[in-house]
Amino acid sequence: MSAVLQSLVNQPYKHGFVTEIESDIAPKGLNEDIIRLISTKKNEPEWLLSFRLKAYQKWLAMTEPEWQNVHYPKIDFQAISYYSAPKPKKKLASMDEVDPELLRTFEKLGVPMHERAALAGVAVDVIFDSVSVATTYKEKLAEVGIIFCSISEAVQTHPELIQKYLGSVVPVGDNYFAALNSAVFTDGSFCFIPKGVKCPMDLSTYFRINTEGSGQFERTLIIAEEGASVSYLEGCTAPRFDTNQLHAAVVELIALDNADIKYSTVQNWYAGDENGVGGIFNFVTKRGLAKGVNSRISWTQVETGSAITWKYPSCILRGDNSVGEFYSVAVTNNHQQADTGTKMIHLGKNTRSTIVSKGISSGHSNSSYRGLVRIAPTAENARNYSQCDSMLIGDQCGAHTFPYIQVHNNSAKVEHEASTSKIGEDQLFYFSQRGIDAEEAVSMIINGFCKDVFQQLPMEFAVEATKLLSFKLEGSVG
Amino acid sequence: MIDKNSTTILSVQGLRASINGTEILKGIDLTVKSGEIHAIMGLNGSGKSTFAKVLAGHSAYEITGGSVQFEGKNLLELPPEERARAGLFLAFQYPIEIPGVANTQFLRLAYNTVQGQRGKEELDPLEFDDFVREKMKLLDMKPDFLDRSVNEGFSGGEKKRNEILQMALLEPKLSILDETDSGLDIDALKIVANGVNQIANPSNATILVTHYQRLLDYIVPDFVHVMQAGRIVMTGGKELALELETRGYDWISANKQSVAGVVA
Repeated sequence: MSAVLQSLVNQPYKHGFVTEIESDIAPKGLNEDIIRLISTKKNEPEWLLSFRLKAYQKWLAMTEPEWQNVHYPKIDFQAISYYSAPKPKKKLASMDEVDPELLRTFEKLGVPMHERAALAGVAVDVIFDSVSVATTYKEKLAEVGIIFCSISEAVQTHPELIQKYLGSVVPVGDNYFAALNSAVFTDGSFCFIPKGVKCPMDLSTYFRINTEGSGQFERTLIIAEEGASVSYLEGCTAPRFDTNQLHAAVVELIALDNADIKYSTVQNWYAGDENGVGGIFNFVTKRGLAKGVNSRISWTQVETGSAITWKYPSCILRGDNSVGEFYSVAVTNNHQQADTGTKMIHLGKNTRSTIVSKGISSGHSNSSYRGLVRIAPTAENARNYSQCDSMLIGDQCGAHTFPYIQVHNNSAKVEHEASTSKIGEDQLFYFSQRGIDAEEAVSMIINGFCKDVFQQLPMEFAVEATKLLSFKLEGSVG
Repeated sequence: MIDKNSTTILSVQGLRASINGTEILKGIDLTVKSGEIHAIMGLNGSGKSTFAKVLAGHSAYEITGGSVQFEGKNLLELPPEERARAGLFLAFQYPIEIPGVANTQFLRLAYNTVQGQRGKEELDPLEFDDFVREKMKLLDMKPDFLDRSVNEGFSGGEKKRNEILQMALLEPKLSILDETDSGLDIDALKIVANGVNQIANPSNATILVTHYQRLLDYIVPDFVHVMQAGRIVMTGGKELALELETRGYDWISANKQSVAGVVA
């Protein structure tokens, strides 16, 4: 690989800094006492404690999955602290009361919270090391009956909704990491859109991992009732550390009849340095249940960070005529490894799903698409279209596609297309012969490659995504 | 188009270049003045395409000797993008496909980069659209061509026309056409040749790298050079190409000395 390509793809992580804030950290290790401690700290009802303990028992009986195409040292689950919260000085009545140090952190990240909220019309539920510190626009949303708050708060204020839906899409024993999350999750977001309400603005959460050595176990639950619709944005970034950090989130979406949920993610967690040291382990379970007729669940993700990504945002298409979509861009560089994709489970009649996956690998990284399309015997006239494209930058990286297709109904129509391309010396030479330098060339090629996915992102997120790819793959030329 | 007031655009002296340790160019001398059209002919493997790529600055080749002056600058010191911005254009033998990047976007970026370099005004997408459509008429191209990805799924003829369109947009000082005639049927060849002829003027120059005389029926060169084993072994006027066509390249080897003196 040429020097130009090398320097293009080796751009250091820009968000590496640690905020000094007093944290309230639980002792390391995982046992029933720790789970009880978390539950007590959060003043949870008894049924939630049993939910956690049941998950913990399931987890103990499970083994860590090994089928994925990623390699990493064994995680010592006893070396992780499972609870860490900024010490609350007093209850916050407005944004002005938020710890200024915290606000400065968001400034550094380029997320001036209130400005962003005000200017962009986005309600930002800020999660800082597992605890929501401020929620904006809540009242405005409340006027139309929308509940948008931290899940801890929802447990206190709307326990009946949490009890009804939590774990209904991702059961406590679903998989190793989901079970772990169910046992120890500390916070996350809750969003409820009542019958017939179209959410007037995009809802957004910024996640950030801050305390070294603390795992983060987010739990997100979004419910759209009959005829409701919502667009939810999740953006992530993390400070630089040398020790690996585990992140095992669970996201559950439920769409009732004619409801529509669009969930967009831009993920830029610390990926480790150029030698593959450090970085986040990102083991996430995201699943949407298109429960009602004509419901729609759409996942869009731009994955640029983490040392390891293990993530398959899925749709269960139970309602007749329901629609599932998955649009993904996954970028890996240096020694990053990503095994990501989706599952489309067709149960209802006339269900349709679309999968568009774009993988970009550079450096010594490895990127895999893994997708399951399952047409159940009940799914008359189901349709699926999958397109998986990979792009390689340089000759030390890898791209893999693992499509699984299970069709149990003769009326189904399932299409799968895959391609692999390469940004080579010849492409860059062609650009340079037209006066275009390598940096602009790579940016143009990558954006062209990802166009189908970026089009699915809300406007301001599309801009951010384009920037993230630039951070990742260009910048230091010249 | 040769006239007394012409200036030297390109001056190549003793140029040697190798790839992976194998020497391909073994001492090339060539002077190109404004208003001139040069044809470089030769068999496959004679080094003519390598010569074109070396002038454009392809990184695969190592320069092992000689010098190249382009418009008074030391060309070999410049990275490829600066050579392009200085007015050197290479029409590729195999134009590269760039999936997902709209042709119009690519053309506008190239155009504005070169315009910016020349201290001229850049065009916004709407202005550029009008401008490029005008140029496309020159090459008989359909408008939908602007929205397609760069060279992706283009026929051989469309790719070559796209190269000439870029040449028309960038208004280079020196255009090097590497086997632009290969893979073209006679109609496409005429269109391409017509485009090249319209772009050629007394202040720029053209080098045609070609295997066959056919192209030279439509673009009439002032000089014809024959390359063999990494050197220019014979130079003559346009009649040399016809001579080659009837007698074949073997004839060169036997008559190198006698004919070489004719024009040089």
